[in-house]
Amino acid sequence: MNLLLFSLFREKKRRRVVELTEKMVVDGGDGHNCEWEGRWNHVKKFLERSGPFTHPDFEPSTESLQFMLDTCKILVIGAGGLGCELLKDLALSGFHNIHVVDMDTIDVSNLNRQFLFRGKDVGRPKADVAADFINSRIPGCCVIPLKFIHLFCFHVEFHIIVCGLDSVVARRWMNGMLLSLLVYDDGVLDPGSIIPLIDGGTEGFKGNARVILPGMTACIDCTLELYPPQVNFPMCTIASMPRLPEHCIEYARMLLWPKEKPFGDGVVLDGDDPEHIQWVYQRSLERAAEFNITGVTYRLTQGVVKRIIPAVASTNAVIAAACATEVFKIASSAFIPLNNYMVFNDVDGLYTYTFEAERKENCSACSQVPLDMHFSPTSKLQEVLDYLTESASLQMKSPAITATVEGKNKTLYLQSVASIEQRTRPNLSKTLKELGLADRQELAVADVTTPQTMLFRLCFTS
Amino acid sequence: MAATKASKEQKYDRQLRLWGDHGQETLENAHVCLINATATGTEILKNLVLPGTQIFFLSNNSIGKIRAQAATELLQELNSDVSGNFVEESPDKLLDNDPEFFHRFTIVIGVQLPESTCLRLGSVLWSAAVPFLVCKTYGLIGYMRLVVQEHTVIESHPDNALEDLRLDQPFAEFKNHIQSYDLDSMDKKDHSHTPWIIVVAKYLEKWLSEHNGQPPKNYNEKEAFRQCIREGILKNENGVPEDEENFEEAIKNVNTALNPTKVPSAVEDLFNSVQCNDITSQTLSFWVMLRAVKEFVLNEGNGSLPVRGTIPDMIADSQKFINLQNVYRQKAMQDAATVSKHVECLLQSFGKPPESISEKDIKLFCKNASFLRVVRCRSLAEEYSVDSVNKDEITSCMDNPDSEMVFYLMLRAVDRFYQQHSRYPGVYNYQVEDDINKLKLCVNNLLQEYSLNVNIKDDYIHEFCRYGAAEPHTVAAFLGGSAAQEAIKIISHQFVPFSNTFIYNAMSQTSATLQL
Repeated sequence: MNLLLFSLFREKKRRRVVELTEKMVVDGGDGHNCEWEGRWNHVKKFLERSGPFTHPDFEPSTESLQFMLDTCKILVIGAGGLGCELLKDLALSGFHNIHVVDMDTIDVSNLNRQFLFRGKDVGRPKADVAADFINSRIPGCCVIPLKFIHLFCFHVEFHIIVCGLDSVVARRWMNGMLLSLLVYDDGVLDPGSIIPLIDGGTEGFKGNARVILPGMTACIDCTLELYPPQVNFPMCTIASMPRLPEHCIEYARMLLWPKEKPFGDGVVLDGDDPEHIQWVYQRSLERAAEFNITGVTYRLTQGVVKRIIPAVASTNAVIAAACATEVFKIASSAFIPLNNYMVFNDVDGLYTYTFEAERKENCSACSQVPLDMHFSPTSKLQEVLDYLTESASLQMKSPAITATVEGKNKTLYLQSVASIEQRTRPNLSKTLKELGLADRQELAVADVTTPQTMLFRLCFTS
Repeated sequence: MAATKASKEQKYDRQLRLWGDHGQETLENAHVCLINATATGTEILKNLVLPGTQIFFLSNNSIGKIRAQAATELLQELNSDVSGNFVEESPDKLLDNDPEFFHRFTIVIGVQLPESTCLRLGSVLWSAAVPFLVCKTYGLIGYMRLVVQEHTVIESHPDNALEDLRLDQPFAEFKNHIQSYDLDSMDKKDHSHTPWIIVVAKYLEKWLSEHNGQPPKNYNEKEAFRQCIREGILKNENGVPEDEENFEEAIKNVNTALNPTKVPSAVEDLFNSVQCNDITSQTLSFWVMLRAVKEFVLNEGNGSLPVRGTIPDMIADSQKFINLQNVYRQKAMQDAATVSKHVECLLQSFGKPPESISEKDIKLFCKNASFLRVVRCRSLAEEYSVDSVNKDEITSCMDNPDSEMVFYLMLRAVDRFYQQHSRYPGVYNYQVEDDINKLKLCVNNLLQEYSLNVNIKDDYIHEFCRYGAAEPHTVAAFLGGSAAQEAIKIISHQFVPFSNTFIYNAMSQTSATLQL
């Protein structure tokens, strides 16, 4: 990590904060009444005392605490297993201006770890309940709940963003968003435009925490290979050669449900509806009996249908704590932040491994140069589509491809709108030459995995 | 009643998938004693109460009492299935007046306890064979010490377990089963859907007959073996090899398939231990079962553990796969039944009824025979005694003066400071400067007493004064999650606890496990 660049960023942020603070009317009312003697003692020791391991930039100051309490704005993405822990850790560490985003509602199965929620809250929006809890129990803390991330969020000038997401797609989107906010003056990155992203993830007894300085350190896409694509069972196994109880369940889910429409036309299988799961369970048992396969249980059925990942309170507590520590370090400069990836596993003892993930030179998200893609002019568009979805470094979900052909912007293929999908589907079996594409021309690709259109340069091979 | 059980299943669903209903039961029936409602203490408590563990709270002082009461109420709110109790009595008082108070617990967790209390409590719990988990958050350092005489784990759930296929020593039923296959006379569909295990077994049989009964041993031989299999892939009319995924799987798996079957050294060590060989009526069922398995290995098993009975998924048609799976399953059941007979004999030999250990438990034990683990930790007395301090571990770690071991030594030094000055260093700003020298004296005193020839950099002494015994929340929360999970491992006897000292450094986000 380039410490010099990083300290420039801190300085710019600090100056801007001081400016804003001077312009603000300081309300000494409620904010200060909720403080009690010694409340922040544990925090102040790190803000007001010098030490041999602090960041080179660090200056002990009694103002840092006020900055954290009054001014520092944190965005927490996700109010689930990690989010609840993060909100609590941040609030208790002196961060009193937090926005939290989550579009989900509370489910009973959340209650074993998402401790801001009670049985009576089931069905209510996670962000709302989480914010209420923190605001009512931690005096002075102001958590604002959101259900979606609006672009305006970024004009709120968040100092740091912390993610506790359960989806790689969402992480990549956030990553792309922050990269799009970077400002370059004559090709040089303006450190003031960097919003640090702390990202946490957990699965059972494993987890990781990482620090990303967009434009400076490895981003989510630089290390996409660390998230291997989800394995799905081959269709022929499910359809005609089941061997495992899981195959039987997928059979009921993917083949029987659409055929038999047990709850009516157009009714989609809802993993949260016990009646739906019961139906799948029964049909899976029948399928299994046909092939003498044992092991189909209700719990397994639900696990397969909902793609459930096991989870406990402890792993979420550990990873969120590590992330919150990094937020504190970056906001205060009290210590040098994690550089830049920590892995945790407590299946056998407790194991951590800390390393510096490296930036990928040709990263699809942060390398800023159009990526070359090599195809023969007689390749079909379908091959290009397959490359975009199957390549380990891109892993797109349903890319939409457009290009400028004969001076006009042409949609070559788009999946997400049915009418356009139908219209452009024949293009998939046409060759790139037939579609009028030329060597070295740019293709623009949009996808859920990236908030900004990605540019590719088509290089024809002979 | 049914409604509560169903709603508990729903609530605990995500964790039941990790430790099962039987694991959950151990948590709900456990009696965990937690001492001290500090930030770390309440975090540990939260992470135990949420999954349903029954908790007993002890407070250290009057401020702690208020906190303990409030914490207990809050935590009962967190999980209505858990009845938290709290006792307003300091552990020192209890140690004076009623040390047997602690004997009833499944595990005792001591948080932010001074050294003297730790050692006293450690001694009582050691004699009563009650596991003791010591936890401390000090500045940006987290510290845990597990003290347990002997902790057995049947279900360790290893991350990367090798399969138990026995291809190098095929049992009779397996040999019979592969006799029923004639690859050369199969039609294409059957040929392409024969499980790779059978493919490898068939080609291995051929190889053995052509190589004097010697299996492929080195890289060249294994390559040649792989080539044999490759040549077995069917070809179409033009001599082009067909797409036979099962054969590709066979080739890919040759290396691991040829691994010799043997008893893992960790299990051999257990076979050779005193507990396994001196069985009495007091012996825990773990050791009785282990001894029975040892007898099996020495007799019916011909040097191998009972067959595990599971095979990985592979390209095959349903019938061939299920039939093959059943061959392994039946063998496993047979082996478990044989082990059962040995268990019965042992139990009889000291007058216990055979039902003392259930078939279910024996089956589970046999299935996990390769993964059995026993964790043993030294007592605190041993760690602290000048005669038995682990000098080697300390000095070798400190070859790197920035290793996590330095934090262990600093925590010991800080305890010494507390003993001398009745306070921790640097709690108030005005103390920091002067305390550095005082703490340095404690450090030197410590190193001298234990004859430790190590160098502790002044930076660390300065830093520990800077910490001022702070308990920052994020470090408390990290430790809270870690400690709770270790406690759950002790209670459930699933997954393997650390042994015996864990240090977390939040400054660098690194950690280490030390043996002290």
